[in-house]
Amino acid sequence: MTAIKEFFVGRDGNLPGRPSLLLWQFVVLAGFFAAWQFLTDHNILDPFFFGSPKEIIARTWADFASGQIYIHLWITLIETLLAFAIGTFGGVVIGFWFARAPLLSAIFDPFIKAANAIPRVVLAPIFALWLGLGIWSKVALGVTLVFFVVFFNVYQGVKEVNLVILNNSRVLGANRNQLLRTVYLPSALTWLFSSLHTAVGFALVGAVVGEYLGASAGLGYRIAQSEGVFDTNGVFSGMLILTAFVIAIDAVVTLIEKRLLVWRPQQTTTLNAQG
Amino acid sequence: MLVALKDIDDRNGPRSDAPAVSLRDVTCTFSGSSGSKPYTAVQNINLDIADGEFVSVVGPTGCGKSTILNVTAGLIKPSKGSASIFGAPLVGGMNPQSGYLFQSEALMPWRTTVQNVMLGLEYRGVDVATAKDRAAWWLETVGLGQFHDHYPHQLSGGQRKRVALAQTLITDPKIILMDEPFSALDIQTRQLMENELLDLWAADRKAVIFVTHDLEEAISMSDRVVVLSAGPASCIVGEFSIDLPRPRDVSEIRLTSGFLDVHKAIWATLKEEVLKTYGKRSARR
Repeated sequence: MTAIKEFFVGRDGNLPGRPSLLLWQFVVLAGFFAAWQFLTDHNILDPFFFGSPKEIIARTWADFASGQIYIHLWITLIETLLAFAIGTFGGVVIGFWFARAPLLSAIFDPFIKAANAIPRVVLAPIFALWLGLGIWSKVALGVTLVFFVVFFNVYQGVKEVNLVILNNSRVLGANRNQLLRTVYLPSALTWLFSSLHTAVGFALVGAVVGEYLGASAGLGYRIAQSEGVFDTNGVFSGMLILTAFVIAIDAVVTLIEKRLLVWRPQQTTTLNAQG
Repeated sequence: MLVALKDIDDRNGPRSDAPAVSLRDVTCTFSGSSGSKPYTAVQNINLDIADGEFVSVVGPTGCGKSTILNVTAGLIKPSKGSASIFGAPLVGGMNPQSGYLFQSEALMPWRTTVQNVMLGLEYRGVDVATAKDRAAWWLETVGLGQFHDHYPHQLSGGQRKRVALAQTLITDPKIILMDEPFSALDIQTRQLMENELLDLWAADRKAVIFVTHDLEEAISMSDRVVVLSAGPASCIVGEFSIDLPRPRDVSEIRLTSGFLDVHKAIWATLKEEVLKTYGKRSARR
């Protein structure tokens, strides 16, 4: 009884260990798929609309076995990376520039805000018209998403640079360029790194949405194709692959983040932590 | 003997008779943030610091003590009056002769201790290997030899202050400005740091302006104590030279009768100003 109460209401003290947590997570996952399978097997949910987990997994397996999925994964990956790289570069440069040029940023402030307010999906047809159905229209869509996240973070990072550190560097003899390189840039980058996850996520959203709306390859394109022929299992299979893809990319970002932010205090640190 | 000493001085570069720092009628008025009235922090400050002299500035909170340091460092330009460094007027720009130990954390959290300490040399274009060696030597000197590659967050408050001290001293500034550098430390660490600072200072005497709100700290370390009036528009209301023998131990000297006499004399002046500040605060409430 108390165990059940604890489960739902929460309890004080430590969580159970990692193995038992993993076990619970597996139980939730298996339970979900088992229920889904059961409901569609007995036609309580129509398999035409809801697919069937067995079929979805079989389809996914077949796609990987025949190797025809790799080209789509590759295309989406390339689009994501390009959108991320271009958007980040643009955001850093323009963000830095605007933060150091108050007049410029004052003039452009309303336009930046307006541009950021546009729902980016509506730009997809324009980009398709301009850049065709190849990867560049998807990259462009991703860039419009990534750019603003990075831009605002870098702008903020430069604006909110620690004044004591800045003054300290000036007293230590830094000239304008050295201040930019050793104070402003690292300060802006710390903000940038903390938005890495969002930026990469947006790059991927841009790529997939772009593919979904009109393309000749990519994960979004496959989902749109299956949907076009009412192939529910194909849609779910596409979603499954996309989910795994996102988790993999996110893991890589976490790894990079850990390396870049090694100077950040971690909660587990016990080295000389008396002060 | 005297001649020999003079020779040594000459070899160290020309020592002019001009004071290390000379503030003349310095007034600093800050334009308040939009809407509020302009605020005068300090008014008509006249202050000379001789080369090698250790001067403390005390006063009630918010009396513009830090403003004096910022003017001397060249971080702010006085609204009126002038500052001269070794006789040369400071017109715009930074004062290249000064090192500044700030009250709050000034270390870059993304740099290791060595990288932080070597900053001043890096800015002067010293090559990285030499700068690293010098930084390592200074870390050793402040007792943090084994903490080269630690990041600031891995150090205690006292250790971070030592790193900041090494960072300030590595460029060999002729004038050292300190803004309540030890106020955030616990009392034991603080007295330890005070003694270490006195030892470092005694090794090659620099001019020091030491800002503090702690009168005992001021007396036990300085050659001279300057008392500022309550703000706004603070001015100097008293100067006391401290003729206690050196070398001093900051915790022991507090118990001597000489110390207590000086303390009584200065406190008589300081108390009035502190009460004024306190009175204004209560009245505002």
